[in-house]
Amino acid sequence: MGARSSSNSSAARPRVPGLRAESAFQKALFVCAVAIVVLLTAIFLSLLLHSFPSLRSFGLSFFLGTAWDPVSRQFGALPFLVGTLLTSFLSLLICLPFSLSISIFLGEYFTEGALSSFLKNVTELLAGIPSVIYGFWGLFALVPVVRKIEMNLGIPPYGVGIFTASLILSVMIIPYAASIGREVITLVPSDIKEAGYSLGATRQEVITKIILPYARSGIMAGILLALGRALGETMAVTMVIGNSNILPHSIFSPGNTMASVIANEFTEATGRLYLSSLIEIGLLLFLVTLVINITGRYIIKKIGIEA
Amino acid sequence: MDQRKIEFRMAKDRGFEAMVIIFSFLSMIPLFLILFYILRNGLSSLSWEFLIELPKPVGEVGGGIANAIVGSVLLIIIASLPAIPMGVMAGIYLSEHKRGRVSYLLRLAAEVLQGTPSIVIGIIAYLWVVISMGGFSALSGGIALGIMMLPVIVRATEETLKLIPDSLKEASLALGIPYYKTILKVILPAGLSGITTGILISVARIAGETAPLLFTAFGNPFMNWNIIKPVNALPLLIYNYATSPYPEWHSIAWGASCVLVSIVLVLNLVARIIAKRWKVQF
Amino acid sequence: MNTLVAIFLAFLVLLSPASASANRVELIGAGATFPYPLYSKMFDVYWKQAGVKVNYQAIGSGGGIRQLTNMTVDFGGSDAFMSDEELARAPARILHIPICLGAVALTYNLPGNPKLKFTPNLIAAIFLGKITKWSDQGIAEVNPEVKLPGLAITVVHRSDGSGTTFVFTDYVSKVSGEWEKKVGRGKAVNWPVGLGAKGNPGVAGLIKQLPGALGYVELIYALHNGMPVAAIQGRNGSFVQPSVASTTLAANVPLPEDTRISLTDTVAPGGYPISSFTWILVYKEQAYRGKPMEKAEALVNLLWWMTHEGQEYTEPLDYAPLPAEASGKAERIIKSITYNGSQVLK
Repeated sequence: MGARSSSNSSAARPRVPGLRAESAFQKALFVCAVAIVVLLTAIFLSLLLHSFPSLRSFGLSFFLGTAWDPVSRQFGALPFLVGTLLTSFLSLLICLPFSLSISIFLGEYFTEGALSSFLKNVTELLAGIPSVIYGFWGLFALVPVVRKIEMNLGIPPYGVGIFTASLILSVMIIPYAASIGREVITLVPSDIKEAGYSLGATRQEVITKIILPYARSGIMAGILLALGRALGETMAVTMVIGNSNILPHSIFSPGNTMASVIANEFTEATGRLYLSSLIEIGLLLFLVTLVINITGRYIIKKIGIEA
Repeated sequence: MDQRKIEFRMAKDRGFEAMVIIFSFLSMIPLFLILFYILRNGLSSLSWEFLIELPKPVGEVGGGIANAIVGSVLLIIIASLPAIPMGVMAGIYLSEHKRGRVSYLLRLAAEVLQGTPSIVIGIIAYLWVVISMGGFSALSGGIALGIMMLPVIVRATEETLKLIPDSLKEASLALGIPYYKTILKVILPAGLSGITTGILISVARIAGETAPLLFTAFGNPFMNWNIIKPVNALPLLIYNYATSPYPEWHSIAWGASCVLVSIVLVLNLVARIIAKRWKVQF
Repeated sequence: MNTLVAIFLAFLVLLSPASASANRVELIGAGATFPYPLYSKMFDVYWKQAGVKVNYQAIGSGGGIRQLTNMTVDFGGSDAFMSDEELARAPARILHIPICLGAVALTYNLPGNPKLKFTPNLIAAIFLGKITKWSDQGIAEVNPEVKLPGLAITVVHRSDGSGTTFVFTDYVSKVSGEWEKKVGRGKAVNWPVGLGAKGNPGVAGLIKQLPGALGYVELIYALHNGMPVAAIQGRNGSFVQPSVASTTLAANVPLPEDTRISLTDTVAPGGYPISSFTWILVYKEQAYRGKPMEKAEALVNLLWWMTHEGQEYTEPLDYAPLPAEASGKAERIIKSITYNGSQVLK
């Protein structure tokens, strides 16, 4: 590995410069990796610990119940679960064509130049806008538009609801799916691209049949991170989702999400059962994210081969 | 027959390119609308005094957001110091060990962490740090934010480094360069663009987060450089002022939003310039 | 590169606790959002006058109570007084000091911005979802001069827990047995109908966009943002317009010694029916967690100032000042604060 001196001038151990540094480095890598896993486990345990009162009181009915009543201390989280899943997946669906386009645009068509830097910065800037601002903008700019749509469709024109929340979320998560995707697309080696061209493929065919599959892992990583962001977003969602604690029956109904319930009620919650119910929602969200990611990975593995 | 097929494929090619361009530019529209919205509401508040002075209570003209700017910068530094090295190292680990129990768990951990609401992370930081310290501090806020930075840094680093051809690493090792130097001085620079992207997106996100700071950094009407005491931050100020009854405070919130977005933009540009000087093309 | 690192580390050392101005007394408080603007004004003045830095953050009444219970703050702020169970759970006895009053106003979006009146029964019925159209008989009877449109009533309530919701639902619980049984009072409740929006701006923003919407916001918010407010029928049958004056009037009732009283549906004539105190909460015995005597003194002096000289800052900001009786009770409570058993206030 490292340069080894060929002569052992002293009876001491052979001088192998860098070997200690190497194993220290390997250890450091391992420690960082494990530390993050430990961090997550610790968070999970903390959540579990503080959900105990609620877990004990409600058991399974917490996840199936539909009434969230802090006054009579009846807590059921099903509407929030449904709201979270609906908004997250819908927002991911909406953002996908845009994110992929940006990734391909910046990764393939325009990798250098002023236009490219401009779009790159603009995309990343989307991640830097405070969610509070997204919320206000959503309330004042998106809600009226959705209201008009609802009026034309003949449904109660609230303007707020699952759909509006998904729209706002999809804008917020674009950077996650787009930026990582862009980076991995630029890293696809030229030789396999040129192999494609030399066989007579059009640019579009090289992109869809060579580049995207090769960069698939990175693109998926970006998508999963985007999904994660959508699952956990609070402020922006809560301003435009209508916050009604009943099961939504269409994408235009008002609804609520787990993250926004926690954010809304935690600061004012008093009482052990109430607090612990809110933390149990956090635990539930944790588990939902876990399940979605495990399933997502499994599906990816089944569908394709790792690059 | 062949001619038609070729024409069809070429039409598909052009159509695809057009669609990609259209969708890319469409996606910029919301950003411009939001930026325009922030500027329109906040521009009137911006001035040199705005950046240097401390907030004034309601009813008094003027005042600024200096302590919030200082606090936000402090928090970003406290968060980045552990998060960036740790995240990059974990990402390197993942790219070097594609399979294995630890790798699988780490990837999962990063994704679950990404999906954890910021307020939950704030609650955790409160339970672990604030309670232990007996009070609020910039340190606890920075820790909460640092935790939130990890997932994107880890995954962006991993995915970038995975795509760097093994031949580069092998060539370096064959030349006798030690493993750790190979990684730090050859592989990392090759992937610097992607890693920087991950870092920038993480920093951008935490720069605008309010919820994790409510029970950790807490906020402060005065200027504070001491990291074991409560500190103000731009998102906190924006949230407090935007939800207040007073239109004057609403304008300040918008002005502060302009400043926040500008800081994120400047950070992006600076980081990209630094990264370009180190980047290696292969 | 290395010089950069060196400069940076030096910078961090500068930031370290060593550079703290450790001699000045600083107080930390947390709690209700409602009085935040008033407190920020008061504490700014107090700092200039007395040199004591007070850091109050609006993390919510529940948050304030929690932090006080955890002893991470010196005082808490709350729009709802602590219940007996909450007080029993605290590690030591907690006192409530009233500082000022606030009110919750009903606001709406109707073409022509008419002035509306509501009776308690109407309010309960609308928020229970029993009256769903503006043209309903009940509303028309109380507002004969107004041409009410056939619009549907869209109820807008708070999605986040808040003292404002507590005060409002407390009122409706008092005037409607059905509401009390079905929904009850709380900072967050299980609303039978309506859309939720976050914070006063969320509710206001939604109402302004939806014709036919009706909701409740802090009076100060409505006043400063040009929103129409409704007059509400008081106990004696006359309709009271929400204002700073009518809010203070609502406290003209016999008060308990610890001032823990709900002022909604007040018997005081001319008092606005949806008003409430906002309190500062402190421990009766201040010698805890190694707190020095100077801090206790600073806190007590601050409280005394807030309930006396500080009151002059309430009305200009549209907060309702304490009436005489409440002020007197506050004085007695402040005098009862002790450090190691002896009275702190000189």
